[in-house]
Amino acid sequence: MMNNPDANPPVVIVGASLGGLRTAEALRRSGYLGNIDIIGEETYQPYNRPPLSKEVLAASVDLSAVAFPHDLSSTNTRWILGTRVVDADLTAHKVTDEFGTDHPYSALIIATGLRPRRLNLENDDARGVHVLRTLFDAIWLRADLISGAKVVIVGAGFIGCEVASTAIKLGCEVTVVAADEHPMVRPLGAEFAAELQRRHESAGVKYLLNNSVNKIVTNTAGAQTTLTSLELNDGQFIQCDVLVQAIGSLTNTEWLANTNIDISNGVLTDGAMRALTTSGDVVPDVFAVGDVARFPNPIFGGAPRRIEHWNIPIETAKRVGQVLAAKLNDHETFEELVAQQFAPIPSFWSDQFGMNLLAFGDLGLADESRLLEGDISGDCIWGYYKDDALVGVCGIGMRSALQSYRKSFLLQPPTATTVGK
Amino acid sequence: MKIKVDMDKCQHYGQCVFEAPEIFRLNTADKLEYLAEADDSERANVESARDVCPMQAIFIVD
Repeated sequence: MMNNPDANPPVVIVGASLGGLRTAEALRRSGYLGNIDIIGEETYQPYNRPPLSKEVLAASVDLSAVAFPHDLSSTNTRWILGTRVVDADLTAHKVTDEFGTDHPYSALIIATGLRPRRLNLENDDARGVHVLRTLFDAIWLRADLISGAKVVIVGAGFIGCEVASTAIKLGCEVTVVAADEHPMVRPLGAEFAAELQRRHESAGVKYLLNNSVNKIVTNTAGAQTTLTSLELNDGQFIQCDVLVQAIGSLTNTEWLANTNIDISNGVLTDGAMRALTTSGDVVPDVFAVGDVARFPNPIFGGAPRRIEHWNIPIETAKRVGQVLAAKLNDHETFEELVAQQFAPIPSFWSDQFGMNLLAFGDLGLADESRLLEGDISGDCIWGYYKDDALVGVCGIGMRSALQSYRKSFLLQPPTATTVGK
Repeated sequence: MKIKVDMDKCQHYGQCVFEAPEIFRLNTADKLEYLAEADDSERANVESARDVCPMQAIFIVD
């Protein structure tokens, strides 16, 4: 490797998943030729997470099925994997990893994403108790999803429902325990969610709703403590070989605790994805991308929101790549780029029980949902409204029609008076 | 440039259509259709389409 003592420190990307990878690629595409260090806690190169609850979980799980192809290895990009960053010193422009090594940076990209929330009950480390976020998680869960296994999924969000679907396909006996009234009710609304629940139940899933897990009961033989049953909030015990905790996520921001960055809910940023302090000032040379970033989106009124949807790491990475490359290359376009509107249309999809759901927008903002097209028991499109304005659409099938609703989220080009801060 | 979509993987989500509308489209049956050869001027758009594909089913062959 070339070693130029006069060179600036590298751009350091903390987080080696989709957001981190796409940021490095976007920096290269935007003309930044300097060093990039990508530090990741997992030992794997970046891979695609969504299949881990779907087709990959149904088949045999291995890296080659999900690894993202990329051509960063031929450039001066360094992968520092299996390494967790534990601290950041913004004044000294460096981060420190778990082994005590300092990594100085010219610019820092926060791409540390999320980790699964756990029940935090006694015995939640027993054999048979799982979460699903990483390839490692999927490999262990896959090994337990054998035909006839009694699988309990706690949480009825998209991941919980997708795991339920996969486990049914593999011949497991599946029960979903959730505090909600219906699966996926929070983004999808009661009517649509009730219909999806009906479809899941006819495929064989048993739902125990308005309920939760109070106790994990285990049996210890030798060195192995194994899950045997669960006590639920309503007092009933259910037998259980496999427990999957799918109760949402937590942001990985603890390593930023010694900084003045606003990490009250992920990393607060401006529209150029620049991190902001608790008093709202731009932190020099620090950006955030992906699930962990809480950024303003003018499509939805501009209040900063974290969006845990598939295309957001890609869109935010592209944004950072352009802005940061302009800055590092001293382009006059930097200020112009920063002032440009950033208005990505969030999108997610879900495959479950033979249905392909696709959504555009920010459904989480809605206070009302309406059936827009189709038949509730077949293919259909639902609209999500906040104060009577459309903020999201979600459909099963009817793709062309669904795409035409997406257009309503495209912003008109800003007028001269609205540009700038 | 040459483009290939793994139609066994493709679930016709149509995300590629927004990134490279000259290359990808949904037909009247809502199935994906694409041009297997495109001008190099489309490369950036097709790369974006490949990146955003939920099934990672799009490949740029050269």
